[in-house]
Amino acid sequence: MDLGSISLVAFFASLMVASTPILLAALGEMITERAGVLNLGVEGMMIIGAICGFAVAVESGSAVMGFIGAAVGGALLSMLFALLTQFLYATQVPSGLALTLVGVGLASFIGQPYVGESPPAVAKMAIPVLEHIPFFGPAMFQHDAMVYISILLTIAIWAFLKFTRGGLILRAVGENHDAAHALGYKVRLVRVMAIGFGGALAGLGGAYISLIRVPQWTDGITAGIGWIALAIVVFASWKPGRVLFGAYLFGGLTALQLNLQAANVPLLLVLPYLVMLSGVIFLAIAVAAGSWKKTLDVKPTLKTFAQFIGTGLVLLLIGVLTNYASGLDLLLLSSAPFVATIVVLVVISARSKGASNGPAMLGKIFQAH
Amino acid sequence: MFKKILATTALAVGLAGAAFADDKTKVGFVYVGPINDGGWTQGHDHGRLELEKHFGDKVETVFVENVPEGPDAERVMTQMALTGTDIIFTTSFGFMDPTLNVAAKFPDVKFEHATGYKSAENVATYSARFYEGRAIQGTIAGRMTKSNIIGYIGSVPIPEVVRGINSAFIHAKKVNPDVEFKVIWIYEWMNPAKEADAAKALLEQGADVILQHTDSTAPLAAAKEAGAIGFGQASDMYDFAPAPRVSSIIDNWAPYYIERTQAVMDGTWETVNTWDGISTGMVGIGEITDAVPADVKAEALALKDAIVAGTYHPFTGPLNKQDGTPFLAEGEVADDGTLAGMNFYVEGLTGEVPQ
Repeated sequence: MDLGSISLVAFFASLMVASTPILLAALGEMITERAGVLNLGVEGMMIIGAICGFAVAVESGSAVMGFIGAAVGGALLSMLFALLTQFLYATQVPSGLALTLVGVGLASFIGQPYVGESPPAVAKMAIPVLEHIPFFGPAMFQHDAMVYISILLTIAIWAFLKFTRGGLILRAVGENHDAAHALGYKVRLVRVMAIGFGGALAGLGGAYISLIRVPQWTDGITAGIGWIALAIVVFASWKPGRVLFGAYLFGGLTALQLNLQAANVPLLLVLPYLVMLSGVIFLAIAVAAGSWKKTLDVKPTLKTFAQFIGTGLVLLLIGVLTNYASGLDLLLLSSAPFVATIVVLVVISARSKGASNGPAMLGKIFQAH
Repeated sequence: MFKKILATTALAVGLAGAAFADDKTKVGFVYVGPINDGGWTQGHDHGRLELEKHFGDKVETVFVENVPEGPDAERVMTQMALTGTDIIFTTSFGFMDPTLNVAAKFPDVKFEHATGYKSAENVATYSARFYEGRAIQGTIAGRMTKSNIIGYIGSVPIPEVVRGINSAFIHAKKVNPDVEFKVIWIYEWMNPAKEADAAKALLEQGADVILQHTDSTAPLAAAKEAGAIGFGQASDMYDFAPAPRVSSIIDNWAPYYIERTQAVMDGTWETVNTWDGISTGMVGIGEITDAVPADVKAEALALKDAIVAGTYHPFTGPLNKQDGTPFLAEGEVADDGTLAGMNFYVEGLTGEVPQ
């Protein structure tokens, strides 16, 4: 056991890299869903983005062109979905699933000549001044541009949905397409644009994997990340901030479990403390928010805090009783990102009143009369 | 993972009549990954292509790639057996039970399962002694590491993988007593993103040599970026030579596939349990590049020669198990049964074998 061998700076840096593709794809899907369209083809659009980005980057020698190609490729594939669901009125769930099948197969076909190729390297873009902050600099501000772009996009999307007229129209279309139509908004056009945006971002997420995170092309390179992005959107109750949180939580736990394995630290040893730490962070945030807004009820906050600590203690007890042993722990470790992300996001969305409902028109077909 | 089904025929002429088709021996391959994974499945598919080249129009081959280890594999094998395939090679450990189940239903079809340990009248097993190659990798790794930390990406915790870790560790330790292994299990044979993340976690924790038992070249790409070294797995992965790829273990299945297909043609096929190593060429050691100093290279090649000559066995005592209990006495050599079921680490390795 060697907890000290985990470098926290390197861990936070790899956390951000592991989270970025999920974040990009989930943001895109969130916009699509806020417009009332359920596109289950995220995995397919991601892998198309991964190969289009890779192919364009290799042919042009430019990673920037690669990312543009990835966005275009993802958006183009999503237009197939738009054609099926918005113009031919096909049901969205099977259309989305079919889109994944098409995407995975097509990517494999396009990718044949690119196996074994190396893409142009993507330069790290350190943020001046900030990069020199001890710890935070190397962990957060010495990444490639896509990491910053993904976070800026989160903020931009949040602002778009909350403050702009366009955001309001998008939400109106997603909440009640008949009313939006009656008001004169072009429901279909809005939805096609939202689908295209979702495709483009999924494509960017895919290209992030093939151009930066791996970086190379092999079949099945996205390995289910699109499905995780899809799940995060739902558990994050269609809110950009929570999508960011969910993506980082998943990416963080993925990076953590690999680091713990390498350092040979059993999960049951650290999990109790992680849970308790979450309780403390939660309380700190809640108190800060409460004193700021004066609206937060402090009693349930304390109750939640107690729940976190209690769960931590129970886990600690289990850890002591089982002596942190058995190979089961390793299996637990590798499934932890999935379980923990779902549990945390479910708890959050269950706690916030009235915010957990998805767009009312999600998955419903709109036909103008 | 969604599978896609691809089939090829040696002479893709749909005009061949039934009588004509019967003259051909039809050989099927069930793959766990894509044929262009650059590793394990590509190695098997290379064997299939060599088979076609050897027999020309006397054989017809079919394959299905990306077959998940589970019930779906049975469906794929059944489909192959129903369409007149004479011999089916199933090329992943997890296909073991599906192979036996389907074989029981088709007594006239020959099955060959790679890396498993269950056979039947019409099911033969074949595998390669990859641990011989791991001994050579361990020697190079132990000599090359400066941080004395070697990272190892484990795939699925089955005896074959555990054996590889033990063999590499024993030989790294032999040339460098201070060496330490860090092992990460990813529970998949191939997942480039996860392999890359695992490699990065190992590199961040000080490893400067990465050994992998996973099938993609992603760990080599990560090693390249960090200035570390690694080894090709299953296929040569020569694109990454001379560094980070300093050598490789190459699976050469072609001679075996040709021999077994010939046996089907001659009607002499019977169930066998083949386990060949470097000496027959089933395990190949890829060129050791100039990134490795000449004396280390010579030492590694001497070890290889000793293994080929049969004068040295990688699992030779004295060796203890991880918990300190004796495993092999001085000069004692592990028997094949012990090796086939190996589910424990040897002394000096940290961590636990997932059960």
